[in-house]
Amino acid sequence: MALPHADERDLIASDISAYLERQKSKELLRFITCGSVDDGKSTLIGRLLFETRQIFDDQMAALEADSKRVGTQGGKIDFALLVDGLSAEREQGITIDVAYRFFATAKRKFIVADTPGHEQYTRNMATGASTADLAVLLVDARKGVLEQTRRHSILTHLVGIRRLVLAVTKMDLVGFDKGAFDAIVADYRDFAEQIGVTDWVAIPVSGLSGDNVASQGEAMGWYSGPALLEHLETVPIDSAADQAKPFRMPVQWVNRPDQHFRGFAGQIAGGRVAPGDEVRILPSGRIGRIDRVVTMDGDLPEAVAGQSVTLTLTQEIDCSRGDVIVAAKDPPHAADQFEATIIWMADEAMVPGRGYWLKLATQNATATVAQPKHQLNVNTMEELAAKTLELNAIGVAEITTDRPIVFEAYGVDRGGPPNRQLGGFILIDKLTNATVAAGMLHFALRRAENVHWQALDVGRDMHSRLKGQKPAVVWFTGLSGAGKSTIANLVEKKLAAMGRHTFLLDGDNVRHGLNKDLGFTEADRIENIRRVGEVAKLMTDAGLIVLTAFISPFRAERDMVRAMMAEGEFIEIFVDTPLDEAERRDVKGLYAKARAGELPNFTGIDSPYEPPEQPEMRIDTTAMSAEEAADRIVEELLKPR
Amino acid sequence: MQNLTHLDRLEAESIHIMRETVAEASRPVMLYSIGKDSAVMLHLARKAFYPAPLPFPLLHVDTNWKFRDMYALRDKVGGEDGIELLIHKNPEAEARGINPFDHGPLHTDMWKTEGLKQALDMFGFDAAFGGARRDEEKSRAKERIFSFRTASHRWDPKGQRPELWSLYNVRKNAGESMRVFPLSNWTELDVWQYIMREGIEIVPLYLAAPRPVVERDGLIIMVDDDRFQLRDGEQVETRAVRFRTLGCYPLSGAVESDADTIEKVVQEMLLATTSERQGRIIDRDAGDGSMEKKKQEGYF
Repeated sequence: MALPHADERDLIASDISAYLERQKSKELLRFITCGSVDDGKSTLIGRLLFETRQIFDDQMAALEADSKRVGTQGGKIDFALLVDGLSAEREQGITIDVAYRFFATAKRKFIVADTPGHEQYTRNMATGASTADLAVLLVDARKGVLEQTRRHSILTHLVGIRRLVLAVTKMDLVGFDKGAFDAIVADYRDFAEQIGVTDWVAIPVSGLSGDNVASQGEAMGWYSGPALLEHLETVPIDSAADQAKPFRMPVQWVNRPDQHFRGFAGQIAGGRVAPGDEVRILPSGRIGRIDRVVTMDGDLPEAVAGQSVTLTLTQEIDCSRGDVIVAAKDPPHAADQFEATIIWMADEAMVPGRGYWLKLATQNATATVAQPKHQLNVNTMEELAAKTLELNAIGVAEITTDRPIVFEAYGVDRGGPPNRQLGGFILIDKLTNATVAAGMLHFALRRAENVHWQALDVGRDMHSRLKGQKPAVVWFTGLSGAGKSTIANLVEKKLAAMGRHTFLLDGDNVRHGLNKDLGFTEADRIENIRRVGEVAKLMTDAGLIVLTAFISPFRAERDMVRAMMAEGEFIEIFVDTPLDEAERRDVKGLYAKARAGELPNFTGIDSPYEPPEQPEMRIDTTAMSAEEAADRIVEELLKPR
Repeated sequence: MQNLTHLDRLEAESIHIMRETVAEASRPVMLYSIGKDSAVMLHLARKAFYPAPLPFPLLHVDTNWKFRDMYALRDKVGGEDGIELLIHKNPEAEARGINPFDHGPLHTDMWKTEGLKQALDMFGFDAAFGGARRDEEKSRAKERIFSFRTASHRWDPKGQRPELWSLYNVRKNAGESMRVFPLSNWTELDVWQYIMREGIEIVPLYLAAPRPVVERDGLIIMVDDDRFQLRDGEQVETRAVRFRTLGCYPLSGAVESDADTIEKVVQEMLLATTSERQGRIIDRDAGDGSMEKKKQEGYF
């Protein structure tokens, strides 16, 4: 509940209509607060809420009681308790997640993302920063600029926050000393310059006494700048700059209630749009013209960045969710290879080469991330070599998507507000569906566009016709010892007997040559499968029926290969042998070795196997012989597809 | 430059959230509690999908103990063109005659918490819009807009997905679901201002009128029908009251008030010195942190 600022209470009491009229034109500023555990952040926010009359009598009574019971201020009012929400963290005395607070003054309404300071929760800070216009960085006057201060500055800067406030807290504990404040400001100035933060102010405050929080106060006569709240009320907001950008609207949903209406619903990411405007639909590039800007309150003569609207076009043009409607004369690019900054947010480290879902605006694609070019030391901006990114690591890497993505550079270095909607993306784990990373696109890599496919006179159709067969990849997956190679061999023999052109790729003939540089780590196993997929694809271009026999334990990798192939040409065969049965057979004696600890990362023992969800065929080897299985597969294969 | 006010921005954000949900979830539903927040949410949904009808049904998890005025508005909304209203009552609570007079906290648990889980499972909804706001309560302040729930509807405050920009991850495995809160960033005052600006119909109980009430345990409770169990010495009297929040009538505390227009309600609210949820009995059940506990168990 947001109560009005004290100044407004008289107006509310005397003329509520006038007050409400004034409320209508209030602006909205979103900011984040960041600092380390003991910087007095919760106390400062609690104080802001208190000073702006956000705290009710009953809350105040509860606060007084809580302060005595669990407070850290020796029985005095502990404003931090107002802010620390979840009981777990209250017990630990720390804030562990992003919390959003609301308050208003006579001039503005504020949404505060309160983000934790300690290292393991960097992802929460990135989350809070991603929607903020400004960051308030807390520095304990007794401790000065710490590693965490530098990390938070770098992080907010990376996420595109251009305006910083350095709030030097606990001034009461250094006797409100000007020298202590000046030293911290000088220290920070050098650092800010180094990392390219230019728009910042420093304010000395005391959350405990309230000095320079809402108003100047007595204790620091030497400070002549604005109090924190005054600054927040007057700092510029970016909406004008967003409206000045070229028009872009990612299509969220196609509104088609009947045959007569076809509208494209979305929130405008940049610029403005009006009936008659010429637009381009990306990625197809088709040109159209805006007919109407539809809302339930009537058609609009114009709509601007930030509004959610429904657009209709003057003619029927193919356009669906994931497309972006843009100014025809000033379109953004589409590409499938990028360089990006990535913030890794999951406990499980990034696996280079693995396919993740990428979501950018309303576009979804499968993306693979290459080994990072470097990882960033967020305390020093130093670039370090890295093979992967772990929880809370930030790095720069190349990303490849399986389809072109319409994008704009996130653009933290251009001075203007960042292109959050078309430059920011998240990565989602395909197995757990967890959001594992956030990223910001820098630019498209030209390499992909420069390697033109060689136009071949003898194409895959010709190869296919010459051989009189439809090419396919028959992908056998299953545990070690399940019977993949045995069945694949039988299938190949049967096909050969029928005059079909085949080739069997298995672990041995690939591991000894093409992939002899690869080991058995997770990353190497993924790369192994990727190469096998690419080779199989070339062989299908040659018209062959390719049989592969690899454990290929991960669904994501099998799906990656499936996505490489033409529709219907990937036939996944799940050779389903239960672990205990495979282990009982133990044809190569591998299970015994794995159990003895001699073979680490052995599938089924200490590395998982993810069975296919919808394989084209499932072979239950406990219910049929290899011969029967092979017959069934051949039959399936030669069915008209 | 066109200046968007904070209400314009909140409206656009809520509409964006609803459209993302409809585009990516397979079976969304809107929880409709008949209160003012539900009224605002419904209005926003109409705007989001206009001119199409709502692409999801409304679900009212009933307890048999709402105010009669609430049922009247619910049935009116349910009868409108393009609205599909589903009503679910926990059959076990119905059979056992669970009520707020005889069963205390069990009433909320069985009718609301269990009833909601039953309905979501029964219809197979995988995304449910709720009208909760982050300014309501401390544990709400940390809630995501898209709040992920396990197959048993549990909320794990530490296992929530990071939510960046306006990018929402709606992916989930079979059986898992999302609660979606399009009004997350609205405050109480925003809701009232928007109701006024848009002329949204709300239950008349929010406005002061003479009503039959009794005073019990420091709360003013309305005697809305003859099922009310009077205790010894309790007298029904008529007082000018209104409600800040609406739920089951025997559990909803009224405030004495002369505010018979929304403007006056807002005026009273802004000058008030006690917080909104104080009129709710259910939050007091387990003392501090009780809302967080309820949420982990699957309460909205």
